[in-house]
Amino acid sequence: MKWEVVIGLETHAQLSTASKIFSGASTAFGTAPNTQASAVDVALPGVLPVLNKGAVERAIRFGIAVGGTINRRSVFARKNYFYPDLPKGYQISQYEVPVVQGGTLAIVSPARGEIEIRLTRAHLEEDAGKSLHEDFHGMTGIDLNRAGTPLLEIVSEPDMRSAEEAVTYARALHSLVRWIDICDGNMQEGSFRFDANVSVRRMGEPKLGTRSEIKNLNSFRFLQQAIEFEVRRQIELIEDGGSVEQETRLFDPERGETRSMRSKEDAQDYRYFPDPDLPPLVIDEAWIERVKNALPELPEAKRQRFISDYKLSASDATSLTAAPALALHYEATTRAGVDPKLAANWILGEFSAALNRDEIDAPAAPVSGEKLGALLRRIEDGTISGKIAKEVFDAMWAGENNGDPDAIIAAKGLRQISDAGAIERIVDDVLAANAATVAEFRSGKEKALNALVGKVMAASKGKANPAQVNAALRRRLSVP
Amino acid sequence: MHTAPIAELAAALAARSVSSVELTISALERIGAANHRLNAFITVDQDGAMTRARAADAARASGKAGTLTGIPVAHKDVLMTAGLRTTCGSRMLENFVAPYDAFVVQKLSDAGMVSVGKTNMDEFAMGSSNENSFFGAVRNPWSVDCVPGGSSGGSAAAVSARLVPAATGTDTGGSIRQPAALSGICGLKPTYGLCSRYGLIAFASSLDTPGVLAQTALDCALLLNAMAGHDARDSTSLERPTEDYTRQLERSLEGVRIGLPKEYFSDGTDAAVVKAIDAALKELCKLDATTVEVSLPSVDLSVPVYYVIAPAEASSNLSRFDGVRYGHRATRYANLDDMYRRTRAEGFGAEVKRRILVGTYVLSHGYYDAYYLKAQQVRRLIAEDFRRAYDRCDVIIGPTSPTTAFKLGDKVDDPVKMYLNDIFTVAGNLTGAPGISIPCGFDARGLPVGMLIQGRHFGEASILNVAHQYQRVTDWHRRVPPLAP
Repeated sequence: MKWEVVIGLETHAQLSTASKIFSGASTAFGTAPNTQASAVDVALPGVLPVLNKGAVERAIRFGIAVGGTINRRSVFARKNYFYPDLPKGYQISQYEVPVVQGGTLAIVSPARGEIEIRLTRAHLEEDAGKSLHEDFHGMTGIDLNRAGTPLLEIVSEPDMRSAEEAVTYARALHSLVRWIDICDGNMQEGSFRFDANVSVRRMGEPKLGTRSEIKNLNSFRFLQQAIEFEVRRQIELIEDGGSVEQETRLFDPERGETRSMRSKEDAQDYRYFPDPDLPPLVIDEAWIERVKNALPELPEAKRQRFISDYKLSASDATSLTAAPALALHYEATTRAGVDPKLAANWILGEFSAALNRDEIDAPAAPVSGEKLGALLRRIEDGTISGKIAKEVFDAMWAGENNGDPDAIIAAKGLRQISDAGAIERIVDDVLAANAATVAEFRSGKEKALNALVGKVMAASKGKANPAQVNAALRRRLSVP
Repeated sequence: MHTAPIAELAAALAARSVSSVELTISALERIGAANHRLNAFITVDQDGAMTRARAADAARASGKAGTLTGIPVAHKDVLMTAGLRTTCGSRMLENFVAPYDAFVVQKLSDAGMVSVGKTNMDEFAMGSSNENSFFGAVRNPWSVDCVPGGSSGGSAAAVSARLVPAATGTDTGGSIRQPAALSGICGLKPTYGLCSRYGLIAFASSLDTPGVLAQTALDCALLLNAMAGHDARDSTSLERPTEDYTRQLERSLEGVRIGLPKEYFSDGTDAAVVKAIDAALKELCKLDATTVEVSLPSVDLSVPVYYVIAPAEASSNLSRFDGVRYGHRATRYANLDDMYRRTRAEGFGAEVKRRILVGTYVLSHGYYDAYYLKAQQVRRLIAEDFRRAYDRCDVIIGPTSPTTAFKLGDKVDDPVKMYLNDIFTVAGNLTGAPGISIPCGFDARGLPVGMLIQGRHFGEASILNVAHQYQRVTDWHRRVPPLAP
């Protein structure tokens, strides 16, 4: 039996405003409990919410970036439920009329190639506080620092067909919110987290299966693991003759499994109604226009431009535009006038590997785009080989000679040997010392030539021009 | 002299014939003499009042006094007062000390008024008789067996008995105008959004309106001058040019068209009330006003609409009283849910619980459209009725309440009967338009009758004009109740 997996994601992106969505308290992370909870956040009697325009502006930015509709009039609603870290006994959110409706996000699916994930909506809401169960013997501590932090909840359609696709979408969204600078994307601090709606159905079945919702996944790895576990669980359940219950589940990262939190029957009635303390949110054309004009070039536009202007493959263009900083680094590199494909290979190869190894982002890299471009130019003009360039790159990364490639090449004596006489001398020495290999080659083993090239390169400490070495060897061995 | 209206006290203060300290001591003495019978005050702030009175006299001595500087005032206990207990008439907040001042408290304090304490009220402003207070019922100064009206019953009784010249109130369905009527004083509910709700403990956010209770229309205008204004902390507070609400008081009523909704003069209203209103209308016509019959076809739905919307909002607004951060918390409980249950069962009185239940019900899944959404639609129809009526008239007049003050305990077992007290006032909250109740006579038992003058949005100056002109030629507002000390 073939199964189709159907996934939709709800993503909570914490908006990068300095103050909270309905109060003037700071949103800074990691301060002492309850030091950033104002009268509004504590929900003292008589206090009222006042909307932070910065949060709205970020929502507009997102709406434009995904090509969604910015509702000219949206409504804040109260979601009522009791919980100790929800001070008002309701969360202010948007229900029937969200600030952003529709939109799409293009991703490159590992299985299906380039696809578009449709977005249902994105709405503004406030975060709750935190309940702390440790360190309080038999009691619970409440920290309201996070209460009232602005969130944009981004809801996708059930357009993803595998855990890998869900993660690809999640990464693309993560990169977008940082690109347009509305969220710092810090997943350890909970600035970007997911709820995954997962269901399975028999291949070809038009009706969606019953879904379960896995709450509060705060890393790409957990997202993948949770979905994979949930898919297996649901398929096994159905294949064993059971059926999936609509329920909310929690992921346990230690065990790598999901477990039931509450069933549909226990689902709360949130008694949504428009918040009478907040007039409808009105966004005029001029505001949208201002935001639009201030937006940086969007990832998708940049991707298209990389493909058309730099003749890059779709896959390279997608990888380069996954994070704004990486794309900017790439563009700085190409400005040195080097082959865009060569620059792409380096940015996605050596450079990205070094970033990963040091666990840093592109802006923190010790090798700037300009310096990398200067290095690549030395490959193109034959000063060094691609292989030597990697050695120079490592030295630049380590900060040797102020990271200047020419200075490093000079200091280490890495300039490529292109002098025909010098190369021929080394070739002669190598041929003399490796008679057996020469004989192998002459008896028809083409591979033996590669071994001889390697020996010559080694003898030159990698500096000999590889094309010239190849030509000299063939000449000496009288290969036509 | 100490019990005169604000305008006269202000003149005496300006002439230095009396000091704020003298007025304040006198007010505190009257409160001390009468409060055990009337139960108008929950908290009397003697020390604070004296400090403020001395400061007011000092301000006057240094030439920094305004009209209201040094005049005593009391605040309904629904308004937050920094450093002073603010109970909202509830056990839930029995010992709650407010950490900040409500906007209107701050504004009157900035104007130099001397707050002497906090007045009794129906718990969380829910009631029309002031019998729903955790701190006991308030008595009507006109008859100790009668209710003063509610929910601003303490403020109404305090002003009626001349304990203070003025008091703040809040009006969600009639809570300023109805007790003003039943206690024989003036009660002004301004346009929604004119005075910030910041610091007003919310009952029903789309209806709650801070206002004043005082002896005369002129006093109401003076107080509104000080209380109105934009407040960035309330998103429903309106930004408008500053107005002088006294500017039209002396204008003649010639050309003023008084709309008389036929729906306001049907059965169900006491004959004595109708008689007093008829007589008042004759006086107004003598002052060259004209009357015109208008119709408000949907207005009879006001009470049902109100009793869907107000409890809906209340059920959500009162969720914050959960025992977690402040206020009452049950001492013993088995778990979190039990803590919520016991805390709220102990902290709230019966009427508050009833409204939370009703509100929770009408917002519930499957009922929302039939109740809450429908009520909001009818609310718009009612507003449309008034808009059409104002094409033909400038103000709308009728009784404030269908009856005069009723006996304590008379209606406590019949909530619907109690709710019908608000039949003439709730529409003003549903539309947000202003209204003032002024005394216009007495029934056979000597209980006061109130006349409700309603106006267009931001039509405060117009309704105050009609009220003031009426008070120039009548003296109902000067009658002092028998229980005044």
